[in-house]
Amino acid sequence: MSGGGDLSLATRAVESALEAGASDAEAFLSEAREREVRVHGGEVESLSAATQRGMGVRAWIGHRVGYAFGTDLGEEGIAGLASRAAEAARASDEDEFAGPPKAEGSPPSLQLTDPSIESASPAELAEIALAVERSAMEADPRVTGVEAAVYGGAAERVAITSSAGMAGEFEASSCSAYVQVLAAGEAGVETGLGFQLARGPAGLDPHAIGKEGAARATAMIGAGKPESRSCPVVLDPIVAASFAGLIGGVLGANAVQRGRSPFAGRLGDEVAGEALVLHDDGTDPEGPNSSPFDGEGTPRRRTALIEGGRLRAYLYDSYTARRAKAASTANAGRGSYRTPPGVTASNLIVAPGELSFEQLLAEVGEGVFVTDVVGLHSGVNPVSGVFSVGASGRAIRRGELAEPLREFTIASDLVSMLRAVRAAGSTPRWVPFGGSVSTPPLLIGEMAVGGS
Amino acid sequence: MSGGARPLLDAAVAERVLGKALETGGDFAEVFAERRGGLALSIDESRIESVQSGAEEGAGIRVLSGGTTYFAHVDGLDPADLERAAGEAAAALRGEQTTPRALEAVATESQPIEQRPEEVPVERKAALLRELDERGRGQGGEVAQLSASYAEARRQVAVANSEGLLCGDDRTRVRLAAQAVARRGDSVETGMETLGAHRGFELLEDDPAAVAESAARKALTLLDAVPAPAGSMPVVVGGGFGGVLFHEMTGHGLEADHIQKGASVYVGKLGEQVAQPLLSAYDDGRLPGEWGTDGVDDEGTPTQKTLVVEDGRLAAFLYDRVRADRDGVPSTGNGRRESFRHLPIPRMTNTYIAPGEATPDEIIAGVQKGFYAVSFAGGQVDPATGDFVFGVSEGYLIEGGKVTRPCRGATLVGNCLEVLMAIDAVGNDFEMKTGFCGKGGQKVPVGTGQGHVRVAAMTVGGTQVQ
Repeated sequence: MSGGGDLSLATRAVESALEAGASDAEAFLSEAREREVRVHGGEVESLSAATQRGMGVRAWIGHRVGYAFGTDLGEEGIAGLASRAAEAARASDEDEFAGPPKAEGSPPSLQLTDPSIESASPAELAEIALAVERSAMEADPRVTGVEAAVYGGAAERVAITSSAGMAGEFEASSCSAYVQVLAAGEAGVETGLGFQLARGPAGLDPHAIGKEGAARATAMIGAGKPESRSCPVVLDPIVAASFAGLIGGVLGANAVQRGRSPFAGRLGDEVAGEALVLHDDGTDPEGPNSSPFDGEGTPRRRTALIEGGRLRAYLYDSYTARRAKAASTANAGRGSYRTPPGVTASNLIVAPGELSFEQLLAEVGEGVFVTDVVGLHSGVNPVSGVFSVGASGRAIRRGELAEPLREFTIASDLVSMLRAVRAAGSTPRWVPFGGSVSTPPLLIGEMAVGGS
Repeated sequence: MSGGARPLLDAAVAERVLGKALETGGDFAEVFAERRGGLALSIDESRIESVQSGAEEGAGIRVLSGGTTYFAHVDGLDPADLERAAGEAAAALRGEQTTPRALEAVATESQPIEQRPEEVPVERKAALLRELDERGRGQGGEVAQLSASYAEARRQVAVANSEGLLCGDDRTRVRLAAQAVARRGDSVETGMETLGAHRGFELLEDDPAAVAESAARKALTLLDAVPAPAGSMPVVVGGGFGGVLFHEMTGHGLEADHIQKGASVYVGKLGEQVAQPLLSAYDDGRLPGEWGTDGVDDEGTPTQKTLVVEDGRLAAFLYDRVRADRDGVPSTGNGRRESFRHLPIPRMTNTYIAPGEATPDEIIAGVQKGFYAVSFAGGQVDPATGDFVFGVSEGYLIEGGKVTRPCRGATLVGNCLEVLMAIDAVGNDFEMKTGFCGKGGQKVPVGTGQGHVRVAAMTVGGTQVQ
């Protein structure tokens, strides 16, 4: 990867936008090198290598803002990109809060790379995915196959600069391995997911991933529908993370300011059980989404969102912060150079509690352990927070896990669910669903379960 | 460098890249080059915002050897970068050099575009959104918010492979979407509507603002909604977007990659009765102007109309090249990819249940107590188990053979084998709708369609436990 050259390309784009009539401009350049291996049946199914390199430019003309991106970083390409950004700004309406973010504070120093991300050979990466598959197959005689065992990793380099004084660069790496395991059920096939995240392949434990997938798949054999009722529910970290991601989404100031959040106008209100403590932390050394600064150059920080049962803060980027007369929480996220920055959680951290998983089950007595939900993206009304999603899991009887359950729904609304959180488990894990989330299992006092 | 006149993939360059890709062995090599350009803008709080313009070029290079696919992709179409990517793709191969065949260009019939959207001034697109904003807000004082977006995208693609194929396709899509929020006291409801096609700006000639009116009406209707029932009951699924049900519960299970991995409930069921004889269904990538239509798929295979369910019998699976070779059958033209950054996999195009005999009124009249699902917020299926779930964005109670009150917060849950077999009526009305389908991290435009259908019994997951 090239070094300071990226920053000078970005600077040229900013100058170009100013020449094209912008009063201010910002350029974001990223280069990502990615590798992925998929295996199936002991054979490598595909091996991919990729380089993504491109630039996104935001241009302001007074209080109008526009965005353009492109992959052509030659002289003409950059000039074209910059002038398209200025044109886009001319087409948009005045917004008194639109303007370039001001440079402030200094970014934290973070170690976000693992050399093994680039040094591992294709054969070594294939062996990780193959070992995951083997471990799943050997874990239980009822495992019949693996739908996919995958290793994926990326090293990224980011440079950002603006006419308002922002300038910075960083490198980060991340990888994951996952497996979707198939087990022979009584009536059909059952599936189970195993996964782990790390900065580099050296940080992954293939055996544990395979075992987890096998355990989840075989646990579902013989699943039936629960009776429709209202009862206590324990959410697996995978499920808790998906909900945390949704909550992080509607705590974004953009949703709040536009009245599209069940949390609008509730700052300081009691919105959750005391057991639920939620932070956004873009500086957590283990967080997959950690970085020295956000997508528009503001130094990352840790923000308490829900604490002591009360709503403490929303997530802001520079635009929503100016609109609310607040400070940015450094939550301007970018999917890639193809998308302009927008309010996004960095890493959501649900604080662990005191109870072990067994103690959570004992606390429940009779209820349901939800290990998987489907349809979360479609089954939730983000404005009202009302949701009803498909679920599978295990019955909890006399404080212990009992028979597997499938094809049922859980329904509530986000605020009622948060208020009903009675306890958080003591062992959190990182989950890539709902963004990047670290959460323990959560005990919800009461929830509607729809079955037979 | 981004001059539109330059050919996307020069034959001589492609031949060199294919040769490089097969230097250390392989049975097949392919270059997929792409130039994409697009513009998107939206209106929110009656203000034009999020004006975005994109221009990208790049290529994906793939080498097949035995059962393994080697793939590399690169941003930009510089010949030197393409050759480097070819070397990267082949880096793990250790075999004997193979020689690609000389390329022969094949003409593709791309969809005709009457008015190129990029030639329409951006002011006109902004004016269109203002019209949507006004119409949506005009539906009633309880419409608290209206947002709408316009997007145009052009994808020029070229495929060259070691079997000598060289072809291309030029795809232009235009889409409008509107979202309304209605508020009454503490009650907040949303409504969505979309209009899209594989066509040019001519799509928007005929009252495009109706999209915003429809979104606003849906949100207003839901203000009177009662909590959805929970339990097993007859369900009538509406026409058009209701086709998402078939897309999710059956379509995905017919994609050959799921079949070959044993991860589909339809494994070994070809020729078997999977639905009542009144049901036939197609996947058709050639429907003129439809959202999921292309001239060729992303491997250069012409798209086609495939009968997947014939009078209730399972008739065909959907293939890309790799899976077709494995089964010794021809590709059905379903090898699609989100962009040059992705490998092609079997995907649906426009998938629909063919029109039946019954009128929608007759279908609803046959239900004493049940649920009417008009549109879905989305859905998901596990093809291996057949378990699926749909979030219902617009649903009603059916009481005494009539549609009565709107319901909120309903989900449909079921298993596709059981539910497909339980369809006991198919309507004679028919409509296609647009959507984006996600699979393996790739999003592609798909069309879904059907008339009204009735499922004899299905689980509705609502908050109202009965």
